[in-house]
Amino acid sequence: MDTTQITDTPPPAAQPTATEQKRAARGATRPGDRIFLGLSRGSGIFLLVIMAAIAVFLTYRASLAISKDHGNFLTTFEWNTGLQEPVFGIAVLAFGTIVSSIVAMAIAVPVAVAIALFLTHYAPRKLSGPIAYVIDLLAAVPSIVYGLWGALILVPHMNGLFGWLDDYLGWTGIFSWQGGAPRSMLTVGILLAIMILPIITNVSREVFRQTPRMNEEAALALGATRWEVIRMAVIPFGRSGVISASMLGLGRALGETMAVATVLSPTFDIQASLLDPGGGTFAQNIASKFGEATEFGRDALIASGLVLFVITLLVNGAARAIIARRAEYSGANA
Amino acid sequence: MSTATVSTLKGARLPKWSPYAIAGGSVGLAIAIGLAAGLDSRVQWGLIAAILFIVGTYGIAARVEGKRQAKDRIATSLVWVAFLLAVIPLVSLVWVTVVRGIKVLDLYFLTHSMGVVADTEPGGGIYHAIIGSLEQVGLATLIAAPVGVLTAIYLVEYGRGKLSKAITFFVDVMTGIPSIVAGLFILSLMLQFEMQPFGFAGSLALAILMMPVVVRSTEEMLKLVPNELREASLALGVPKWRTILKVVLPTSIGGITTGIMLAVARIAGETAPVLLLVFGNPFINTNPFEGAQSSLPLYIYQQYANSAGSGAAYDRAWAASLTLIAFVMILNLVARGIARWKAPKTGR
Amino acid sequence: MKLQRKNRRALALGAFAVSGALALTACGSDDTGNSNGGGSSASAQAGNIKCDDAKGQLLADGSSAQKNAIDAWVKSFTAACSGVQINYKGSGSGAGVTAFTQGQVAFAGSDSALKPEEVTASKSVCKGGTGIDLPMVGGPIAVGFNVPGVDKLVLDASTIAKIFDSKITNWNDAAIKKLNPDAKLPDLKIQAFHRSDESGTTDNFTKYLIAAAPSDWKYSGGKAWQAKGGQSASGSSGVAQQVKQTSGAISYMELSYAKDGIVPVTVDTGASAPVEATVENATKAIAAAKIVGTGKDLSLELDRATKAEGAYPITLVTYEIVCDKGNKADTLPATKAFLRYIASTDGQGQLAAAGYAPIPDDIIAKVRTTIEGLS
Repeated sequence: MDTTQITDTPPPAAQPTATEQKRAARGATRPGDRIFLGLSRGSGIFLLVIMAAIAVFLTYRASLAISKDHGNFLTTFEWNTGLQEPVFGIAVLAFGTIVSSIVAMAIAVPVAVAIALFLTHYAPRKLSGPIAYVIDLLAAVPSIVYGLWGALILVPHMNGLFGWLDDYLGWTGIFSWQGGAPRSMLTVGILLAIMILPIITNVSREVFRQTPRMNEEAALALGATRWEVIRMAVIPFGRSGVISASMLGLGRALGETMAVATVLSPTFDIQASLLDPGGGTFAQNIASKFGEATEFGRDALIASGLVLFVITLLVNGAARAIIARRAEYSGANA
Repeated sequence: MSTATVSTLKGARLPKWSPYAIAGGSVGLAIAIGLAAGLDSRVQWGLIAAILFIVGTYGIAARVEGKRQAKDRIATSLVWVAFLLAVIPLVSLVWVTVVRGIKVLDLYFLTHSMGVVADTEPGGGIYHAIIGSLEQVGLATLIAAPVGVLTAIYLVEYGRGKLSKAITFFVDVMTGIPSIVAGLFILSLMLQFEMQPFGFAGSLALAILMMPVVVRSTEEMLKLVPNELREASLALGVPKWRTILKVVLPTSIGGITTGIMLAVARIAGETAPVLLLVFGNPFINTNPFEGAQSSLPLYIYQQYANSAGSGAAYDRAWAASLTLIAFVMILNLVARGIARWKAPKTGR
Repeated sequence: MKLQRKNRRALALGAFAVSGALALTACGSDDTGNSNGGGSSASAQAGNIKCDDAKGQLLADGSSAQKNAIDAWVKSFTAACSGVQINYKGSGSGAGVTAFTQGQVAFAGSDSALKPEEVTASKSVCKGGTGIDLPMVGGPIAVGFNVPGVDKLVLDASTIAKIFDSKITNWNDAAIKKLNPDAKLPDLKIQAFHRSDESGTTDNFTKYLIAAAPSDWKYSGGKAWQAKGGQSASGSSGVAQQVKQTSGAISYMELSYAKDGIVPVTVDTGASAPVEATVENATKAIAAAKIVGTGKDLSLELDRATKAEGAYPITLVTYEIVCDKGNKADTLPATKAFLRYIASTDGQGQLAAAGYAPIPDDIIAKVRTTIEGLS
């Protein structure tokens, strides 16, 4: 790709425009310039104001709710906001959100990396182009469609897998199954994995494709097999890229609402087993509870939304930090 | 002669057809085991076949070609298996949507609303949802695209100092807003002002979700515009704003449009904020500023949720899904087309 | 320059797309009334409906238990009053009451009467008045199950309580066998589904369990499900969907949802013969209802532990909740017209076909007077 151009242009861009701007700021500019600058700066400020408004507003409403919580906001296993003495806590939601995301990542990351490798190093060239394209498009399929598919197609097909897991891995406790309909955290995790697979695959594929040809050829010349080339040249090069891709996927899995709401059988408790139906996630809980929530109940839901927001923020921040670090040390790229 | 030298240099190789043979063998064996053990889950059969294939490949290759080659073959087959496993659900998703969606998807379906048809009965259509979606997404784009592009212009062309740093940071933060939280924000504002649900409220939430995406992609595209172009224009005495409008933007318009269209495609499928804000409506409402509206994702969700397991409702949900996917895909394809057609003529 | 020309072409393309979309707006139609579905002989009675000067769209939300009844009513009402659109979203009694007390809807449907704090909350919406309950639809709550090979099942209150409290977990449990000596009960895990949302159906169902099996159901009751264990789904529609999909499932839902593979349980009330969940049997139980609401509020109390012959005990009465005074001026005519229709003899007469029970005559007469007095 023309990545070299990308890196080369921005730094020099800084100097001339900066001087130009100083000149502009000194006045004596044309009205057109002033209007345009005003417009663009205005929209920047507008964005800032919206964001600040959201942050302030959410924090304010959340604090209203939390201050009246008669349980412990972090550890209570209950969500009863309609009582005279409301009791609610995010423990179950945090658990469900994290567990379903972990399951999704555990499935999606290895598979996505494998597909990315397949597309860059294994598949015949004629095949890899169109497949990459289709996977790219799949990343744009709306989540409600995944939800519909999950509820009507995936769930009925999970019985076999669940029975099998229970038979052979039931003794671990994590995979024990009491025979409930398979609308459980594992199904949610699998569905989320399928949803985030295209994103992770796409980014990973881009990264793998940028492995310096020289490194690969050097390894091949030393007699390495294809797998050894991948292990010694491609994966070390692409590791940070894959990590940040996974973080992007994780961000999406954490905030996913409708797909979870259609597939999960929500209950407000924590199940040791991934297979038994029950549990909930932040986003799903908001979507299914907001309708009947009183004003106070909405504040409580906003508080839980704020926690989700912070978690997503941390994940995205981590991804960005990794990307930034990678940009520093891998000279030729990005 | 040649065969002899090759074989001494490269060592023994399995014939080209061997992976297929091993695959065939393991599938056969898996079916046999499945039948013998009375396992009725096809998933289980597939798993057994996959395990047999991997073990078989490793065993045979290790004997004939040596351990390193065997590992390579395992890796190859694992990559293939992972690919095929991942393809199954994705293909199933597309296949089911098309096959089930096509059942009721016709002109009547596209030009009629649900009207008085109960959710569990056959009949009705998605016209109202299409209108709602187009209007809500269109209005969101009208807000988010200019603000996003202008902000990106500010960041790239003017922005120095604290303000631009703050904007960059908050744009980053905004990309992380879960869609349901954006919906909650607007909903609370609405309740504050005692407003009834209406379509434009959905647009506002969608715009919040769309703006950071547009800023990001536009920023990238503007950075791609070579500085020589700007300098040349400025040197000719063209004012900066005209330079931006006449040189910088036209050069990057392809990329910017692509970014906006991809963002549109993303928000077109958002259900959660719309669910909170526009109420849903079985009748046609072409006025996004007053009265409840529907939208395609919301329609899909409601058909699923209110179906009581009725086949007619499921069919409509699938048909609406197909319409929505087609809409999003067309946007994507057009965006890609524009990107290719208008790619900045700076590189190779 | 070349770039600019292309740019303009792209703009033209965009303009074309937009105008195309606008053109589309002209050709859609709400007229789906003649669709092949339904089968309610709705339009026949259209002549008796008084529309007055009502027009516009009415937003309503609430009980999913009465959604099927509302759907049928809306069909005949719209046929007569084409200027009015009734947009009833059945997202649950809890959601409906909340939407009402926040002024989002013109009326709410609820299977439970307003609680005192909800009445207080409604005062901010009903300027000068309060929200009142108008009983409009009665109905049996079916305990519907899906067990292969079983098409009739008798249960009593205590067994039902134990099933939903996860005390009885298999279909071949001795307690179920004792009540069904002839049925071939499989060795199958019981999948008890409850409502995940706040629901008047849950409220009525648990009130029955509290009244009829106090020793086996130790919870206090209410719109939210309290027992631990079991699985959940949202809305009557959601639980019906799950029961249909899941072998060995059982749940409670309004009778009109118990079809296509969901079989209603016959309840052993202690009367000489077990009582089937039918409209007639429920009507008998509802006939004994007493008005307990004060003023214009007409909330009812049902005798849930009834042992009367042929009276089906698990019933609910669902209310429409409106303001007695201070309804919004723009929605009042339509609200009144629609409520007047559904409380009329025609409206009530449609219920049995849809699987609901009409409200007893003396009560519905009071409802009619109250509706005329709405302002």
